[in-house]
Amino acid sequence: MSMSFLNTIIALETFDFDAALHAVTAADVERTLSRDEQLDRRDLLCLLSPAAQPYLEAMARKARQLTLQHFGRVIGLYAPLYISDHCANACTYCGFHAGVDFPRTKLTLAEIEQEAAAIAATGIRHILVLTGEAPAQTPLSYLADTVRLLRAHFSSIALEIFPLDEAEYRILREAGADSLTVYQEVYDRAIYQEVHPAGRKADYDWRLNTPERGARAGFRALNIGPLFGLGEPRREAWLAALHARWLEVEFPDVEISLSLPRMTKAAGAIAPRHLVSDIDFVQFMLAWRLFMPRLGITISTREAAVFRDRLLHLGATRFSCGSKTGVGGYAVRSQEQAPVQFAVTDDRSVEDVAAMLRRNGCQPIFKDWELV
Amino acid sequence: MTETMNAADDALLLGGVRFTNRLLTGTGKFASRDLIAPMLAASGSELITVALRRVDPKAGEQDILRYIPPSVRVLPNTSGARTAEEAVRIARLARAAGCGDFIKIEVITDNKYLLPDNAETLRATEILAKEGFIVLPYMFPDLTVSRQLHDAGAAAVMPLGSPIGSNRGLEMKAMIRRMIESSRLPVIVDAGIGKPSQAAEAMEIGADAVLVNTAIATSADPVMAGKAFGLAVQAGRLARLAQLAGEKEYAEASSPLTGFLRG
Repeated sequence: MSMSFLNTIIALETFDFDAALHAVTAADVERTLSRDEQLDRRDLLCLLSPAAQPYLEAMARKARQLTLQHFGRVIGLYAPLYISDHCANACTYCGFHAGVDFPRTKLTLAEIEQEAAAIAATGIRHILVLTGEAPAQTPLSYLADTVRLLRAHFSSIALEIFPLDEAEYRILREAGADSLTVYQEVYDRAIYQEVHPAGRKADYDWRLNTPERGARAGFRALNIGPLFGLGEPRREAWLAALHARWLEVEFPDVEISLSLPRMTKAAGAIAPRHLVSDIDFVQFMLAWRLFMPRLGITISTREAAVFRDRLLHLGATRFSCGSKTGVGGYAVRSQEQAPVQFAVTDDRSVEDVAAMLRRNGCQPIFKDWELV
Repeated sequence: MTETMNAADDALLLGGVRFTNRLLTGTGKFASRDLIAPMLAASGSELITVALRRVDPKAGEQDILRYIPPSVRVLPNTSGARTAEEAVRIARLARAAGCGDFIKIEVITDNKYLLPDNAETLRATEILAKEGFIVLPYMFPDLTVSRQLHDAGAAAVMPLGSPIGSNRGLEMKAMIRRMIESSRLPVIVDAGIGKPSQAAEAMEIGADAVLVNTAIATSADPVMAGKAFGLAVQAGRLARLAQLAGEKEYAEASSPLTGFLRG
């Protein structure tokens, strides 16, 4: 087994990222943009630098070309399914953390069935299952039962649950889950400790190594990302992409995707310390695309409809849609009753998003996997 | 290349099925599935590949298979398979879904370059050929594997011209030429063909057919692009049959080496 990405993180802690970022010149950016070979971490740093902001249009043209070539004029669609908001963690930025007082809900299998049927009726075939970190309330057996039940409704089942060990992931793989989403939240170790003061999530290394355990357990796709707002955004964007590249090299048979969730203020949670503007957001996405032409880029309904529609042509490959981010929000409870993890800003229906894609010369792809 | 002796009936035979058109196409990457039928009509393509992972009988009228006219044969592929076993299971599902006996094997363990795994591809071919499938394996151009695929019962071999979606043309030309010289199976150049001139070139050097998807589907006008590729494949094929004189690097005196014999 080769060394974990943790070694890269530790090695880079002595690298003066800020100095390197501000030393980037326009000539460096131009040289990077003219390279016709795989970009390295220096190139990525150039593209993420303030010096690259005047070159966004040139970056966008390249990103668009690469996305078209590797993915075509299509966008994959999926929906999230929150099955429990019980959580023993203390993430200071999250509306579901243990210290927030609200009645917690865990769906029964019968309720999950109702939710699944409601989502599947919209045409969605790829589902993302989410829980908080509360193994006592949502043990492995409950998760495995959930996955087995969802197989009847969906052709791809992704998990965004608390980190497990490799053997536990194998059980969920065998139950029928094929993809794993796990966000590091913040790559900066000091800030990570600060915002995760207690609970299992306080263990940085365990979380960082989660995608590796998932890949070894046989998941065919991994989706990672930083939660923008916690650490210094350019450095976070850089480290997240290096993590993706590391996984791509280590596990060549696994599809790697990145997300760019921007923190929004949730009830009972801290406000973001760093704001990522729309310009920064687009710059990060373009830099990632140029750095990794085959990278999946997932855009959630955290982003506003008008903004998401523009990202179609800039490197995005997957959109969530019709999302309800509270437990039971599709069929079991009215959305008003369900406390939400974050506020959805693009609240269009699946049908409306699909129609928007078609109007913009993009084919919505509902099914792109087959469980075998 | 499987030589034809009759230029008037220049059919391509795959698993006993006759094709008069030598352009294979694909269904991925289009802005709209509604473009598939007119693209097929314009290109003349009679065989189109579909990833089973995108087939969805539950979608009813929206299912990708509904967008392929009945006159065109479906070539399901095993995109997403990482092992021979997965490819075999996907092939069986394709047959059960009514896609017929044709199967294009894609076993890819390298998501970055999408290069095929020849060892797993060969294993899947052995199993599926025994089950009566008409197996078209996507492969890295390798003469030994090409022979082994023949022995395993493949109906053709499909070497890549260059990586999928790269539009780089025949980067593998030297090895593809050797395959064409020695293969007892039709050689279909798959992947990497970015321009009609590259498709024509593949046919000129003796490929039996080419498969083009990305270049057509991602062009600004896929219907016109389909027509352009269809014409290029025909032109390349006719050039091959006409046995065009080869290029010369310099003007040649009539008999510089043997002229003395005639004093």
